[in-house]
This record gives sequence, structure tokens and C-alpha cells, in this order.
Amino acid sequence: MIEVTGLHLRYGGVAALDGVELALRPGEFVALLGASGSGKTTLLRSLAGLEFPDAGQVRIDGRDMAQVPARERGIGFVFQNYALFRHMTVFENIAFGLRIKPRRLRPGRAEIGRRVEELLALVRLPGMGGRYPDQLSGGQRQRVALARALAIEPRVLLLDEPFGALDAKVRKELRHWLRGLHDRLGLTSLFVTHDQDEALELADRVAVMRDGRVVQFDTPEALLAAPADAGVAGFLGDAVPVECEVRGGQAWFAALPPVAVEGVAEGKGIAFLRPVDLLAEPGAGEARVAAARRDGRGVRLTVEAGEVLLEAVPSPGWVPQRGEACRVTVVAARVFPRQDGAGRA
Amino acid sequence: MSASAPGRPGVARPRRPTEDPAWLRWALCLLAVVLLGMFLLLPLVAVFAEALRRGVGPAVAALGDPDALAAVRLTLLVAAIAVPVNLVGGVAAAWAIAKFDFPGKRVLTVLIELPFSVSPVISGLVYVLVFGAQGWLGPWLEERGVQVVFALPGLVLATIFVTFPFVARTLIPLMQDQGRTEEEAAATLGANGWQMFRHVTLPNIRWALLSGVLLCNARAMGEFGAVSVVSGHVRGETNTMPLHVEILYNEYQFVAAFAVAGLLALLALVTLAAKAVLERAE
Repeated sequence: MIEVTGLHLRYGGVAALDGVELALRPGEFVALLGASGSGKTTLLRSLAGLEFPDAGQVRIDGRDMAQVPARERGIGFVFQNYALFRHMTVFENIAFGLRIKPRRLRPGRAEIGRRVEELLALVRLPGMGGRYPDQLSGGQRQRVALARALAIEPRVLLLDEPFGALDAKVRKELRHWLRGLHDRLGLTSLFVTHDQDEALELADRVAVMRDGRVVQFDTPEALLAAPADAGVAGFLGDAVPVECEVRGGQAWFAALPPVAVEGVAEGKGIAFLRPVDLLAEPGAGEARVAAARRDGRGVRLTVEAGEVLLEAVPSPGWVPQRGEACRVTVVAARVFPRQDGAGRA
Repeated sequence: MSASAPGRPGVARPRRPTEDPAWLRWALCLLAVVLLGMFLLLPLVAVFAEALRRGVGPAVAALGDPDALAAVRLTLLVAAIAVPVNLVGGVAAAWAIAKFDFPGKRVLTVLIELPFSVSPVISGLVYVLVFGAQGWLGPWLEERGVQVVFALPGLVLATIFVTFPFVARTLIPLMQDQGRTEEEAAATLGANGWQMFRHVTLPNIRWALLSGVLLCNARAMGEFGAVSVVSGHVRGETNTMPLHVEILYNEYQFVAAFAVAGLLALLALVTLAAKAVLERAE
């Protein structure tokens, strides 16, 4: 469907894309996850024909896109700030892609009107066609941008930080709605995000980007279970890096009990510990409750073990008090040999 | 207003941190009004007062003089050619600078300002040097029966040069501010360059464009220096309104001079009023 091979792009001496490899299957919903500056937006724009890579290839349905201008790619693109045409009504925005088609391909007036109404209903904005973009809320603009992109019936939909500018509640709603829409329309979608929850929750597969490269491309489960390197491990699942020493198949910590690890070279290492990897129980032990806070998900517990602060899961039925001593069991850990740059996403 | 009772109800409103004391505010306002009156309003009033000193009759008669009418026609003709040229050129330059990256962009941006920084007299002289009888291209053109200097083409060229920055300068900051994402969106939706410009860029800049064109027009009609050099001052033929005013004045025909000047000022006022109305509409 979409194949990217060896894509390179330099901006004034800085490599924005440094050998990107990526292959999407038809119908997939894929997230491009990475910190800002990792090249994810540049990659997305290169796919749409808005950036011109220095080297490498983008193929869509087997066709090399190098000589195909943006307007002929037939890709739906939703911009980060929506880029709605500010002087046009919602209706005119959505109709734009249809109205500018060459005469022989252009649908008639009535047909365009019908299609726009359909799209307005699809994005749940019926009757809003007469409004101007500045009369809409952020979430509504987002959906108009989506309807406008869908009007040209693209097979590929690219979304740049589609939920970035929305408040948390609207964001969650739109996420699930967008996923449903993707499945219903049979699109192949690629969206850029820096929010790992968003990526892990929505996507079939997640491509993690760093320094202009895709460092791992896998399902959310596989990413969490087996991060490719220390960088990915540190970036996902709120993991905290803790120094350790690997000896005899176990990782030894300064102030935590050891945990079994497999296939890691002996010597100094970095263990990435997520809240779900740590079980805290009351009783005399090496750790102490640093903070405990109740919220909608239960108790958020932070323990202090040696010099590190770690989030941990409290054992059932225990109401931790600040300053209370506790025992922490390490259930699992992802351990990598220590090297410079470890822990960076 | 006293600072001794801040916040006490019914006494004095406490001063906002960004607010100056009352006497300073009044002094500054007065200064502005006096300067405005002395340097802008008074001369404007003087123009009309002088024109009508002997009543409406002589003033109207002066405007009806064949040479004056020729000057008005020529001024309008020059503006009618120069303004559309600068409209197209200014939009093209602003579009290129604001929406694209290309080598030499900085140089172009600076060059656009050149007509503002160069003395108009020099702009005129340059055209004489290039297109005049002793100039680089003059003899070649003359052999082909084309006269540039001391004729309409010279007036138009000089006016275009002097008024070029108005449209481009009004548009560039606005277009840069608007960015290019709307154009990019249009491209992903299948628009070609012309459709992008026609349906997205142009509607977004229309008010600024009109305002730039009006300013350009006001200046095109009022330009003196550059036009004076290339005109040759042939009465009834190569005299624009500002040049005609000077000639009349030098011949001590004060009423006629001020009548033509008044008409010119009126055109400028109408232009400004149109611009103000446009900005309101926006």
C-alpha cells in the first residue's frame, strides 16, 4: 500500500529524515509516535508531496511518487491547525476538492450538494454548512477538516497531530470516533502524535520515530513487551530508568529486590520500570511511601527506594500513608546494557 | 486624581500600572493635535482657501483651461497604466516572497524597498540615462520610432518605479502571517497553482490588496520628482497635474495653481476615505 524506503531529507544541514523505512498494509491504522523534532511530521508531509526528499522512495500502490505532485496524489491530509479556508463557509470548504476538479470529472451542483451534506452528517455536523471556520469550536473545525479531506474520496488518510489542539475530553471522544470512521470507510490511515496513550490505544501498529528514523514498528502489545532499545523502552509506558547490574540471569538494584532477566549481557545495565512492574506492600522494607493520591483509577502511589522515586501498584486493600515503610517487588523489567544516550527517546 | 487615596470608593479611580498621569496624557494629546493641525490640516485648508480666494468662478475657469484639462487627463492615464502594472507585479512579488523559499529571496525583499529609499529625482535621471537621446537604449529605440523620455512611456516607467513598493509592502507581512498551510491544503485537495491563488490566496488578501492599490494610486497621481525629470514639461502634452501646478505657480497664476492643487488634494482625500471605508468593511 504505502512503502517508504531509505527516505532522506536535510534542512539546512540538519537531517530531518535519516533513512526512513516503513511499509503500511491496506486498511491499517498506524501511528507515527515520537518526540518533537523526531521527523514524524516531515515524513507525513513527504508522503503527501508537501516536502521533497533528497533521497529514497515513496511508493503508493506500487507507484513511485517522486514525480507525482501533491495535487495528483489523491491523499487526504488533515493539518495540525486544520488549515480551513477562512473566507469560505463550512460547506464551501468541504466542496472545494470537488469544485476544482476538471470539468469532465466534476460532479454536478446537486451532486456536490448531496455529497457535502452526506459528509456533514458523517462528521456529525449536520446543518452547520453555512458557518464560517471562526464560528466553530476546535473539535468542530477538526471534523470539518476531516470532512474536507474525505470529500475527494482518498484511499489514504494522513493526519498531523489530529487531536493536538483539543482539550482532553474532546480528544478522547474524537479518538474513538475517528477509529470507527477509519474502519467503516476502509481507509489506510497514518497519524502523527507525540502522545503515547493515543498511539497505543488507537493504532493497529505504532511506528516509533527518533532522530529521523523509524526505530521500531510494531503492534502496541509487542512495543510494550519488547521495546527494541533503551530509547523506546524509556519513551513508552511511563517507564523510569533505574541503574542495575546484570549478574547470573538477574538484574540487581541498589535498593530493590533483584528480578530475573533473559538475554542481557552481564555487567552494568539500565532497567526500565513501569508502574505496573512494581508491586508495593505494607511492612518493613527498603522503600517508603513518598506520595499517595486517589483518583478515578484508584490509588496512585509513589514510593522512594534508595534515591529513586517510582510509581508502583499498591497491594489490594492497602491504604498507603505518606512516610509509611513498604516492600516493593519487581514483577518485570526491560533491561538494556548501559551505554551513552540510554533512556533518551 | 490623587495617588494618596488608592482604591477608596468615591474618591479616585486607582491608576492602572500602564497608565500615565493625567497631565502627561493631556500634554501628549495636545502636542499631537497641534502638530497635526499645523503640518497637515493647515496646509490642506490653505490649498482650498487660496484656490477659492477670488470665488468659485475663477477656480473653475482655471480647471477648464485646456492645458489643465490635458494635465488631468495625462495624470489619470499614467495612473491607469502604472497602478494595474504594480498590482500584478506587487502581488507576484509578495506571493513569491511570502509563500516560497528560493535563493535570492532576501535580496528581492530588500530590492522592493529600493524605490522608497532612492530619491525620486535619481529614479527619473536613471530613466533619462537609459532611454534618453544620449542614453544606452535611447538611440536604438529612436531608430524604431519609439520615444520614451519626454513622452508618455517615460512618465509611466518613472511612476511605476516610484510606486512599486506600495502593493508588495502591504501584502508581504499579511501573507507571511497567514502562512502557506491553506495553500498546501488546497494542493492536497487537487488544486493547481492558479486555482490555489484564485480561490485561496486572493480572497485572503483582498482587503489589503485594495488598500495597497489605493495608496499606490494616490502616489501615482501625486508623484512629482521622478516624473519631473522625464517629463520635459511640454504644456498640454507631457505635464501631469503636479507639474502643471508648479508651472502655474512659477508664473504667478496663484488661483489657477491652487485650483489644480486643490483638485489633486481632493483626489487624495477621496482615496484615503475609500481606504478607511474598506478597512471598516474588513
